[in-house]
Amino acid sequence: MNILSQHRSLELHRAAEFIRLHSMEAIGSCGAGHVGGVLSIAELTALLYQEVLRYDPKYPEDPARDRVVLSKGHCGPALYAALALAGFFPMEELLTLNQNGSSLPSHCNMHKTPGIDIGTGSLGQGASLAAGMALGLKKRSSASRVFLILGDGECNEGQVWEAVLFAAHQQLDNLIAYVDVNKQQLDGYTEDICSLGDLRSKFESFGWRAIQADGHNIDELHNATQEILRETGRPGIVIMDTVKGKGWSGVDGKPGVHHVPISSEQLEEARKEITHRIESLTAQLEGIHD
Amino acid sequence: MGKDIRQVYTDTLLELAQTDDTICVLESDLMMATGTKAFKEAYPDRFFDVGVAEANMVGIASGLSSEGKIPFAASFGTFASRRTFDQFFLSANYARLNVKLVGTDPGITAQFNGGTHMPFEDVGMMRLIPDLVIIEPCDTVSCAALVRLAAKHQGSVYIRLHRKGSQTLYDERQQFELGRGQVLRDGTDVTLIASGFVMVPEALKAADLLKEEGIRAAVLDMHTIKPLDEELVLSFAQKTGAVVTCENHQVTGGLGGAVAELLGEQLPTLMGRIGSQDKFGQVGTLDYLLEAYQLRAEDIAEKARRILAKNS
Ligand SMILES: Cc1ncc(C[n+]2csc(CCOP(=O)(O)OP(=O)(O)O)c2C)c(N)n1
Repeated sequence: MNILSQHRSLELHRAAEFIRLHSMEAIGSCGAGHVGGVLSIAELTALLYQEVLRYDPKYPEDPARDRVVLSKGHCGPALYAALALAGFFPMEELLTLNQNGSSLPSHCNMHKTPGIDIGTGSLGQGASLAAGMALGLKKRSSASRVFLILGDGECNEGQVWEAVLFAAHQQLDNLIAYVDVNKQQLDGYTEDICSLGDLRSKFESFGWRAIQADGHNIDELHNATQEILRETGRPGIVIMDTVKGKGWSGVDGKPGVHHVPISSEQLEEARKEITHRIESLTAQLEGIHD
Repeated sequence: MGKDIRQVYTDTLLELAQTDDTICVLESDLMMATGTKAFKEAYPDRFFDVGVAEANMVGIASGLSSEGKIPFAASFGTFASRRTFDQFFLSANYARLNVKLVGTDPGITAQFNGGTHMPFEDVGMMRLIPDLVIIEPCDTVSCAALVRLAAKHQGSVYIRLHRKGSQTLYDERQQFELGRGQVLRDGTDVTLIASGFVMVPEALKAADLLKEEGIRAAVLDMHTIKPLDEELVLSFAQKTGAVVTCENHQVTGGLGGAVAELLGEQLPTLMGRIGSQDKFGQVGTLDYLLEAYQLRAEDIAEKARRILAKNS
């Protein structure tokens, strides 16, 4: 089993903090954004773009690349930060988020942003898109894989479950999904709005391999990912236990943090907290020889 | 600062609910956006947040309606229309039920939510549903009045609801009727027919611009797009001989389409349509989007000038 070294794990944790920092800078530059759900997928996007995915940032349309479908498309800023760090476009561009004529709209658009494989923003649709892409890749014997990122609130949409049934029926083992169980949606806690019950057993009963993991623990996420990628004959999902707004005390685990305005003072506060963690991770990394 | 339009919507529902216990509210995880939390707090047993599941919401609203309730169900206009169309068409309308579907953030007012959230087609889709009533209030006064009328109307209604921001164009005592447009300004040279929070003021501004050039423009607030106030449109088309429709929507299918169909059949009149010209939405500030889709008063005035030049 491919287990991350302690050094690599720390590096990836640091990459996640960079994604947090740059997402907050971008959201701060336009004054408001989907902070809660952006911060909860920092570890996942770091792991995917720094460790797992196959891509060439200089050739974003490479047919041999792995595909990413951020079905919770309102969390574009996290993906943009991951893409910029991976070299798809200059870091400075992140600060054009949502500006007039920007190539970085709040919701992902493949025709605007290099590295975005498919447009999303209407919740639920990414699930079917990912299933269709996985099917299409299989039909042309491609080795590329599809990585689908769902929100927990998004799992209210019937379309998600239609796609889940289909993917199992078609034995799409080139499809791996992640559901960001940050326990909140727009109007409040998922449990108070339309209880999702036991997601793991739901996916299992729909014919998927399902693994629970701490979505803020790179090693757990990595191991779960590797296990699912080895799976044959069925799709798999990592049920990520996460915290909405993770990593900035202004929103971390608080209610009502779905879409929030960010003042320059708040941005400065977030910047301080995250930079502090980056420095401490760097110090730890310097103490370890890989 | 006046009340946000969305607050007028919720306050009106609260007022209606006091005397009518069949009024209920449905949301699909956008209560915080629509602003109906006060209704949930006042009437928790008549408020249902179904989660992110718009089609399900409209089906549930239809079921509630068949049991005698008057449901007001809301989402962003894109999802209220596109994601629920078959449910709204069949479960609510073909079944002749009484569902009030609310689509918020019309056209460019979706602003920073961008192309996925910017409805330029909802009215066009809704116009295809037989007997459906479609309204788009332009201010606080007409919003309260039209929501009351929608509740009273026996049958389904689509309400295109502006969400954030306030403006009051009408006197509090103004009376409204579904299917009867309002004459905001009389004129003899050209008729500007507008709907909604963004375009009615732009049309009024355009009339001011034209006035400076000696062109007398009439301005109609067509708050009910379906059924269209045919009598009013025909009489003004007759009187002025030139018409410009102004909508925060595609020029096909909506207000411009409705007026063009009517005039084409009954009173061919030179006309122009202001609205999105077969384009998708995008992110941006309101000013930027007004310009990008050519919805500004200057664009309306220019369209009017061109038509008048053709007419002469
Ligand atoms: C079809 C659709 N309905 C409504 C919305 C508006 N919306 C955006 S995010 C959101 C809540 C999503 O909750 P969740 O999936 O848990 O996202 P997260 O907490 O990870 O941000 C809603 C209702 C949308 N984008 N698409």
